Formats: sequence, C-alpha cells, structure tokens
Amino acid sequence: MTDASAVVLSARAVARTISRMADEILERTDGPDGVVLVGIQRRGVEIADRLADVMRDRDGSIVPRGALDITLYRDDLQTVGPRPVVGRTHLPVGIDGRTVVIVDDVLFTGRTIRAALDELADFGRPARIMLAVLVDRGGRELPIQPDVVGRVVDVAPRDRVDVFVPTLDGRDEVVVSRGTT
Amino acid sequence: MSLLGKDLIGIEGLTREQITTILDVADPLKAISERAIKKVPTLRGMTVVNLFFEASTRTRISFEFAEKRMSADTVNVATAVSSVSKGETLVDTARNLEAMKIDMVVIRHPASGAPRFLADRIESNVINAGDGTHEHPTQGLLDLLTLRSHLGSLEGKRICICGDVLHSRVARSNIWGLKALGAQVAVCGPRSLLPGAITDLGVEVFGRIEEAIQWADALNVLRLQLERMERGYIPSLREYNRVFGLTRARLERAPKDLVILHPGPMNRGVEIDSDVADGPHSVILEQVTNGVAVRMAVLYLLAGNAPALADAAKAESA
Repeated sequence: MTDASAVVLSARAVARTISRMADEILERTDGPDGVVLVGIQRRGVEIADRLADVMRDRDGSIVPRGALDITLYRDDLQTVGPRPVVGRTHLPVGIDGRTVVIVDDVLFTGRTIRAALDELADFGRPARIMLAVLVDRGGRELPIQPDVVGRVVDVAPRDRVDVFVPTLDGRDEVVVSRGTT
Repeated sequence: MSLLGKDLIGIEGLTREQITTILDVADPLKAISERAIKKVPTLRGMTVVNLFFEASTRTRISFEFAEKRMSADTVNVATAVSSVSKGETLVDTARNLEAMKIDMVVIRHPASGAPRFLADRIESNVINAGDGTHEHPTQGLLDLLTLRSHLGSLEGKRICICGDVLHSRVARSNIWGLKALGAQVAVCGPRSLLPGAITDLGVEVFGRIEEAIQWADALNVLRLQLERMERGYIPSLREYNRVFGLTRARLERAPKDLVILHPGPMNRGVEIDSDVADGPHSVILEQVTNGVAVRMAVLYLLAGNAPALADAAKAESA
C-alpha cells in the first residue's frame, strides 16, 4: 500500500448506506412497530439517530432511540485498567417484548457487542435483539455476527477504521488507515 | 497509567483534572441506582474490606452500596468485634486481611494519617473514609458533585463552610477540593472553632453568619459535635444556635437563593433549623444520593491497577 489512508465511504456514500440500512432493518422487523434503536456510545448513537431520521422520512414513524455506554461492562479492566470516560446509558422505553436493534459504527472483535448484550439484559428481556453496523471490518474474537451491515471492509488487524460523524468530528466519512508497525 | 494511582487518601494534592474526572465519571453512575437492577458487573470478583475503627453508619452503608452496585464482594470489619480489641496493630490486621486475598481496603480511623500509613505498607488499594481531623475525601467529592449540579462550574463561585471547622475533616477536604476547582472559599464560626492558621489556606473568615449569608452562593453547614460544649469550645448549644444557627429568618435576608449543604448527621435546632434543613434550598438528601455515585466512581477508577503501579507507589513513599 502506498497510501497511508483512504476514504472508503464519502459523505454521500454514508448517507446512501444509512438509508439502505434503515430499509433493511424495517424489512427484517416487518415495519417500525415495537422497534427500539439503541446506539453504542458515542458514534453508534449518532448513526442510530440518522437511521431513525430515515425511518421517519419514509413513513413518518417515530422509532424510539436509546444509548448504551458499555464501559462498565468491558472485560479488560484487569488488563487495561479503568477508562476515565464513562458515558450515559439511556433507554427511552421498556425493552421487554420489543425488537432492540443495537447500532454501532465499526464491528471488529465483537467484544463491545458482547458487553452491550450483557448490559441490555440488565434492563429487560427483548423479544429479539439485532445488530446493525455501518462498517464490518472482520477480525472477530467472539461468535457474534451483524444482521445489517453498511459496508464490509477487508483490512489487516493493525489497520485503523475510523468513522467520522459531523456532530463529533466536523466531517462525514469512513477512513481506513494502514497500520505502520 | 492510572488516573488516581493506588490510593485515595485525601483531596489535598489532587489536580483539577483528577477531581473533574472523578466527578464526570460519578455523574452517569447516578443512573445505575435508578435502574430496576441496581448493579453493573464492573468489579466482579474483587473483594473490598470496609475497615472501620470508628463508629459510622452512613459512610459505611454508602460505601457498601457503592461496592455492591459495582459487583464487588464486601466484608465489614468493625473494631469492637475484631482482634484489634485484642491489641493487634493496624498493619497486622490489614496484612492478615491481605493474606486472604483482598483487593481494596476502605478505612475509617480516629487517628489522622492512619490511611496513608496503611497505604504505604500494603499492596491493596486504600480509600480513606475519614481519618481523625485530617480528610474525608469522598465526602468532599460528593459535596463538589452536588454543588456542581446546582451551580454549574465552580470557578469563582462562593462557598462558605460554617461551624466547627477546627475539628472537621469534611471542612479540610472541601477546602482543598473547592480551591482546586477555582471556587472562592470562606469559613464562618466561633473563633474557638476555627483553626488559627486557616487564612494560610487562602480562605476568607466571617465571624458572623449574617455576613456569610450575604456573601455566599452556597453554605456547607457542619455538624456541631455535642462534646465541643463539654470541652468548653462554646458556652451552650442554645447560644450557638442563637448566634450561628442557620434559621429561615436569616436565610430570607440572603440577596439570592443559597444552596444549603450539610454532611450529616444533623443536630436540628443547633447548627441548622428544621425549616431550613427540609426547605426548598436544602440539597442534603441529594448529597446522600450523590455519595453512593462518587464512591462507585472512586472504586472504579482505583480498580484494576497493574501491580507494577502499586509497587512504584510503595517505592516512592518508602
């Protein structure tokens, strides 16, 4: 690779991808009834918001949105130590009997999703939990697979995949940077 | 590198960044106590010993709730029933506990400096739950969290600590923490209950509660311990209430709404009147709620330290 980094999704491509993901979620859930979109802090929350906006534009349906911060459910406290930033977990409605769609920006090892499943279990018993991710970069360390994927990128374990969102980063794109070491 | 190091002995010496991080972590942890399942698995498998050499109900219970809501296993050791009453030293007690593979010690002790002494000699994390007249850092932190949620940034805000500052570890922890966050701090009380060198800490001194009420954005009213009267620091409780008691009549003359804190337990009708303690400006029960969240945050931020860090901390102090 000569380029240190490459844009794999531009702003327009991100918009198209999210639009298609929203349709795919609604197809799989047979419409918005009983669906709760739960984003993982922080960029997953942004993507869940954009998915909900698309769903509202389609047929005016307001899908409840929540946020999960999985910091306190991580499995690396003993090896890595405490992370000094803990975000908010907020679920707008009870999740018992509903279809919860976990939304994250990048799916890699699957450990974040494992933590998210544990945290959701502390809030109730959904009828079904699905996983939607903007980017699947492979490299799973746990038996976890997404239901809805924006883009699959084939990268080496050391490479970085960054999802930039306007509200947090002032830019709107997905960038792959080649690992140097 | 861990944020706080191995132990939390006092607020003195903590940076603004460290204090702010603790408060920022504590804030979202408040919500855990509102959930149906009031528990997160963060400290699963860790053992915390609450080693209390002095009577305490609320601090011990608050720590115990915090530990349990973070999924730690807890053991309470109270002096009256332990081998301390058979003459065992503090370090021997702690080393025996360590031999049973514990991770953290929360210690309350009547001697100032006991937590530091212990922290330098054992590998477990040590959290000071109040030592003599030195510090009560988690109380200071919960006061800061409560003040911050009512006043916003504490930069330039005016906080007056009222009452028995001389004997108060809560006052000391508050002064260090408030100064670190950029607040203006004053103390108010009878001269006999203010340390002589108090102005060296950069605080103002008010001899009359009316002046403090005119000046402050918030008052932290300390408990007047009844034995102070017996030892002659004040003439009588009734006179203390007449001159320094926080009454509704006095508060009504404040130029703005004050936030009223009290670390508890209260002596109603002595340092604070009931209609103030139960009034609209009192945040006393909110302090209790915040105490659990702040202690959860401290437990979390001290947890999982690599042993190398603990060794370094011990070498540094040796």
